[in-house]
Amino acid sequence: MASNENALIEIEGLYQIFGPNAEKVLPKVKAGASKDEVLAETGHTVGLQDINLAIDKGEIFVIMGLSGSGKSTLIRHFNRLIDPTAGKIKVNGDDIMTLPMKELTQFRRHKMSMVFQHFGLLPHRTVIENVGYGLSIKGLKRSEWEDKAKEWLDTVGLAGYEEQYPSQLSGGQQQRVGLARALCTDAEILLMDEAFSALDPLIRYDMQSQLIELQENLHKTIIFITHDLDEALRLGDRIAVLKDGKLVQVGKPVDIILNPADDYVRAFAKDVNRARALFVKNVMSPALPMCSSDNIEDLKLQLNEHGVAFRKIDDGVFEACTEIDSNDNAVWLAVASLKRNQLLQDILPTMLESKQPLPVIDKSQQLCGYLSHKALAKMLQLPHQTEAA
Amino acid sequence: MADASWLTEFPDMSRRELLTIRKTLDSAYRDFSREYGDSIESLFDPLLSFLVWFEHLLIQTPWWIILFIITAIVHFATRSWKLSTGVVISLLLIGYFGMWEDTMRTLSIITVCTLLSIVLGIPIGILMSRSDRAQSIVTPLLDVMQTMPAFVYLIPVVMLLGIGKIPGVIAVVIYAIPPVIRLTNLGIRLVSKEILEAATAYGATPTQRLFGVQLPLAMPTIMAGINQTIMMALAMVVIASMIGVKGLGQPVLKSITNQYFTLGLLNGLAIVALAIIFDRVSQSYAKRTQKHLEGQDHG
Repeated sequence: MASNENALIEIEGLYQIFGPNAEKVLPKVKAGASKDEVLAETGHTVGLQDINLAIDKGEIFVIMGLSGSGKSTLIRHFNRLIDPTAGKIKVNGDDIMTLPMKELTQFRRHKMSMVFQHFGLLPHRTVIENVGYGLSIKGLKRSEWEDKAKEWLDTVGLAGYEEQYPSQLSGGQQQRVGLARALCTDAEILLMDEAFSALDPLIRYDMQSQLIELQENLHKTIIFITHDLDEALRLGDRIAVLKDGKLVQVGKPVDIILNPADDYVRAFAKDVNRARALFVKNVMSPALPMCSSDNIEDLKLQLNEHGVAFRKIDDGVFEACTEIDSNDNAVWLAVASLKRNQLLQDILPTMLESKQPLPVIDKSQQLCGYLSHKALAKMLQLPHQTEAA
Repeated sequence: MADASWLTEFPDMSRRELLTIRKTLDSAYRDFSREYGDSIESLFDPLLSFLVWFEHLLIQTPWWIILFIITAIVHFATRSWKLSTGVVISLLLIGYFGMWEDTMRTLSIITVCTLLSIVLGIPIGILMSRSDRAQSIVTPLLDVMQTMPAFVYLIPVVMLLGIGKIPGVIAVVIYAIPPVIRLTNLGIRLVSKEILEAATAYGATPTQRLFGVQLPLAMPTIMAGINQTIMMALAMVVIASMIGVKGLGQPVLKSITNQYFTLGLLNGLAIVALAIIFDRVSQSYAKRTQKHLEGQDHG
C-alpha cells in the first residue's frame, strides 16, 4: 500500500460496484472474482477495484486508460461526485468520506476545482460569469469577484470576451474558460477529466503547453485524466495506468515507456515516439561534473567518472572538457546548453552537432545534469519486439 | 352456470347489482358533498374574492386604460411594434363588435387559471424531476386528467361546489395544468449531466443547483409548457361556460342552442384573438430572455 509523507491525496482500498446490491457483491469482488464473473453471476458491474494511490502535493498526476477502464469514474471520487462502494479518500489526512453534506460543499468550494471534457460551462451565463461561478456560489458579490475573474480570463488569453456567451466561442476558447473558472477559485487541487480530449490536435497541444506554463508558477496538484499516452507523457510527473477498473502501473513517464508492467501497458508504450515523449530531464544524468578551478586532479577524477567535466563561464553558458592532453592541459571547448524541459526531438540536432556530452540547465540557468550521446542512443532504441515475429 | 350462454354473451353482472353499486357510490358522494360542501367551498373563498375583484377591475376600468395597459405589457414583453399594433387593432375590433365585457371576463379567468396552473404545476414538475417515484405516480394521473372527458369531472365538482366561477376555475385548471407539469419535469431532466456535475463540483447546494442551473436551463421547455397551458385554458372557455362561467363562452353556447352562426363566429374569433395574443407574447418573451441560445450553431 502506497503511503508517503508528502501525499496530499491518498486513496485506500477503493471499490466501486454499480448495481442495486453493491454491498452484497463487494466480498466476492474483494475475494478476487473477475469483472466478467461478477457480471455473469450477479448482474453487477465492477467499476473500480482495490485502487490505492498517493498523490503528492504539487505534481501533475495523470490517470490513463482506454474508455471503459474506469478513469472518469475514478476522478469523480476525488470530490465525491460519485460515492465509492468501499474505501477511503483522504485529502490532507482527512477522510472526506466521513464529511457531512454541508462540509462536503465547503470542501468542494475551497479545496478542489474541476475541468470537464465537454467544458460543463453554464450556457445561460456570460463568459465572465462562468469564470466567477465558483466564487459567486460562495456568496461573493459580482463586484468582489469580477476583477479576479477578469485577471484569469486575461491569463488564459481571452480578454475581451467577458460578455459573450459560451455558445459564441470555439471549443478551444470554451475550454480556456473552463480552465479560468477552475483557477479562479484558488483551490489547490485541480481535477481535469479528459479536459483536452474534445479539442482538435493543434489546439490540444496549445492547451497542454499553456497548462505546463501555468503550472510552473502555480504549483497546483493536478489530477489529469486522459486516454492519450502522448498527452500523459507530456504532462505527467507521474502516470497511473488503469485497466478494467484496476491499477496496472503507477510510475514516472520514463518507467511507463521503459519498464512497462504488463502487455497492456507495453501495447500503449510501443507506439510512442520516444523523441517526442521524453524530455532531457528523463534521459540526462543528474550528476554535476563541475570543475570550478583548474585543479587538474579534480578534473581527472570527474573525467574518470563521467567522461566529461564542465566549467561555468556565465549563467547558462558552459565549457566542456573531455580530454587532457599529454602535457596535462585540459582542452576546454564552448558547448551549447540544453534545457531540462526540452523534448528530445528538439535537442537532437544540437546533440548531433556536438562531439561532447552537453550540460543541462534548469530554469535559473544553473547546471542540473548532463546528457551523453550514449544515454540518448540507448533511450531512443526501440524496445526489443520479441513478439513481433 | 349450467347453460353455456357465457360463450356467446359477456358474463356481465346483473343490472340490479350495477344499480346498487351506482346508487351506493352516488349517495355516498352526495352525503359527502352535503356534509362538507360548504366548508370546502369556504376554502376557496379567498380565490373567489380575488377572481371577482380582478374581473371587476378589468370591467370597471375605462376601456382605453385597459387597452393601453395591455398594449404596454405586450410591447414590454416583445419589443415588437408589429405585434403591439396587431394587439391594438384586434382589441379595438373586439370592442367595436360589442364583446369588450365578455372578453374582459374571459381574460380575467384565463389569467387566474394560468397563474394557478403555473404556481401549482412548476413545483409538481420539479418534484417529479427529482424523484422517479413521484414521476411514476404523477404521470398516470396526468394521463387521466388529459384524456378524461371534461364533462365527467365537471359532475362531482358541480355537485360539491355548485355552479359558478370556482368550479369553472377548477375544471379549467385540471384540463390545462398537465403540459406545464410534464414539460417542467422534462426540461429539468434534460439538463446536461455534465453541467450539473460542474455546478456540484464547485460546491453548489441543491437549491443553488435548482435555481441557478436547472430551472434557467429548463426555461425554454417550461415556457413551451406554459404556452400550451394557456392554449388549453382558452379551449376550455366554452365548456366552463356550461357551469356558469361568464365570458366569451356563453354567447358561443347560446349560438349552438339557437343556431346563431354569426354570434358564434364572432365570439369564437375573439377567443382566437386572445389565444394568439397570449401565444405570441409568451413565446417572444421567452425567446427574448433566452439570449444565450442565439448563435448556438457556432463552433
